[in-house]
Amino acid sequence: MSRITSAFNHGYKALIPYITVGYPSIEATLKVVPLLAQSGADIVELGIPFSDPLADGATIQRASFHALRNGATPKVCLEIAKELSQKTQIPLVFMTYFNPVFSYGLEEFCGACAGSGVSGLIIPDLPPEEGSELEIITQRQGLDLIYLLSPTSTEERIKLVANSSHGFIYLVSVTGVTGTRNKLSSELGAFVARVRKAATQPLCVGFGISTPEQAGQIARMASGVIVGSRIIQLMETEENFISPVRNFIIELRHALDETSRQEKE
Amino acid sequence: MITRDKQLPDSHGYFEEFGGRFVPETLIPALDELTQAYNEAKNDPSFWTEFNSLSHDYSGRPTPLYFAQRLTEHCGGAQIFLKREDLAHTGAHKINNALGQGLLAKKMRKRRVIAETGAGQHGVAAATICAKLGLNCIVYMGEEDMRRQALNVFRMKLLGAEVCPVSSGSKTLKDAINEAIRDWVTNVSNTYYLLGSVVGPHPYPAMVRDFQLVIGKETKEQILAKRHRLPDYIVACVGGGSNAIGIFHPFVNDKKVKFIGVEAAGRGIKTCKHAASLVAGRLGVLHGTKSYVLQDDAGQIMETHSISAGLDYPGVGPEHSYYKAIGRATYVAVEDKDVLEAFQLLCQTEGIIPALESAHAVFYAAKLASTLDREQIIVVNLSGRGDKDMDIVVRALEVSP
Repeated sequence: MSRITSAFNHGYKALIPYITVGYPSIEATLKVVPLLAQSGADIVELGIPFSDPLADGATIQRASFHALRNGATPKVCLEIAKELSQKTQIPLVFMTYFNPVFSYGLEEFCGACAGSGVSGLIIPDLPPEEGSELEIITQRQGLDLIYLLSPTSTEERIKLVANSSHGFIYLVSVTGVTGTRNKLSSELGAFVARVRKAATQPLCVGFGISTPEQAGQIARMASGVIVGSRIIQLMETEENFISPVRNFIIELRHALDETSRQEKE
Repeated sequence: MITRDKQLPDSHGYFEEFGGRFVPETLIPALDELTQAYNEAKNDPSFWTEFNSLSHDYSGRPTPLYFAQRLTEHCGGAQIFLKREDLAHTGAHKINNALGQGLLAKKMRKRRVIAETGAGQHGVAAATICAKLGLNCIVYMGEEDMRRQALNVFRMKLLGAEVCPVSSGSKTLKDAINEAIRDWVTNVSNTYYLLGSVVGPHPYPAMVRDFQLVIGKETKEQILAKRHRLPDYIVACVGGGSNAIGIFHPFVNDKKVKFIGVEAAGRGIKTCKHAASLVAGRLGVLHGTKSYVLQDDAGQIMETHSISAGLDYPGVGPEHSYYKAIGRATYVAVEDKDVLEAFQLLCQTEGIIPALESAHAVFYAAKLASTLDREQIIVVNLSGRGDKDMDIVVRALEVSP
């Protein structure tokens, strides 16, 4: 069992916050990850910023732009991950685009991830058809390569991802880019159910989830909830993000636990 | 004749190691749908009958292959022919692809068409075809490009398109493509993405090429009719590379015909203010395709510069990377200052105002011609006309209009 899969227990709902490394500063990243862990997160997604984040909406685009200016190169992100993995036990997953990984060298990058205590990789512009080489390398290095599915995915593609995703499967809640949304898609339940039929991995839902209420609704269908843009928005002012972020994570945790409690009854 | 080259890309969209589909999962089913629709259209004679008939009556094809006598005399060497894509409707080769994909969008019953544009030529072509076919058109354009190509912005609006300014990144073509892809991911069920060059995920590099092949096929017939032999060189500018692939590809098995792709060296390759992906880039993944990319040591895409907005792009079509890898084509780069010289030279010797993009090819061809003898033939793809560039040229030459 990998460190990621061990974060999913029967009847428990995993909370997976996303942050962009280096936003609003490198120091902020070092401070916020232990805070997320203490407040109830189960896995942290560390975004390695990319110049052309085409799966991201305005919030993460802006964060990526500033993070790059702050010098958050893949190398720096790996160093930060290493420092964080010494400070806290929470499993860390890198989320980035394919070019920075390809440019680093697949073998070298995965080796460095393993050496920095990173447990997995999410690459939104790498569908399974293009991922076979990276799959082999991540397996060898003990990393989980996590694939994504979307509401547009066909049954055939769901099977493909069910056969190749490690750790969990990342379900994109809507057709669209990352960013906060007021409402969950009405078709989400049917989509999660389609994937559930084909996959044995834990299913985590992300994109557009920004309130405890939404997180609670998701938890009724899936094993985990991924929340990104809303946290980035709370971190926009570096001076005082600690208590808003802590409170938000605690509220999310509470909403997820409430759902688990209701399910048990 | 079926040849090895014609079978590329393979079924996964690869030209050997270049190409592929590096896009979010949401788009993969849409790309499968597009590939299937395109394959059906490709094998449907009635689709090509309509395409050819509109190419003739609407776009004004075939475009002439013109012997540039005074330019040839000025250079004092090889004979220079110009393939006059500048005379096609809307003033550039872009109409060929817009027409083909517009017909495909209609066939697929997608009434909302999105496009990106750099210089505005593809945006104008897309807006034109959408007006003609009764489709809604939304064009993403970088703010910097909107400023330097204001005339084309007005043309698109006049043609009924909505022009969406893109203010992220370098505010140029690369960012317009990012934004178009984000739109497509969001509105994938009812939207057709009319990509303007031989870049992006499979099937775009192959499909856009196929709609541009008409340039090279006509050129072949025309040069055989005029000189009873094939040219020694074909020279074309390369941004994403659609006009170049369009004229090169029909000659790919005529090994004696040398291909030269001319990229934008901007203020000079050493200054980093250029857009010469094949000359100065390395292998990477941008906008869904694996190809040569201008990037820094950490794999971040670099901001580019060129006097011509249409070449101002840090990537290039995967088939060009393949041609470079197998040595089928040679890629060179020409600086802004030389482009301005060639721009004026063509105006003054031939009475033809070239697009700044095409002037890159003119400069290289003129220089090359002077080193060759009079028996040799160079064909230059004059991919577009320069009316859109007047403001830039006036400012660059510091003359009053």
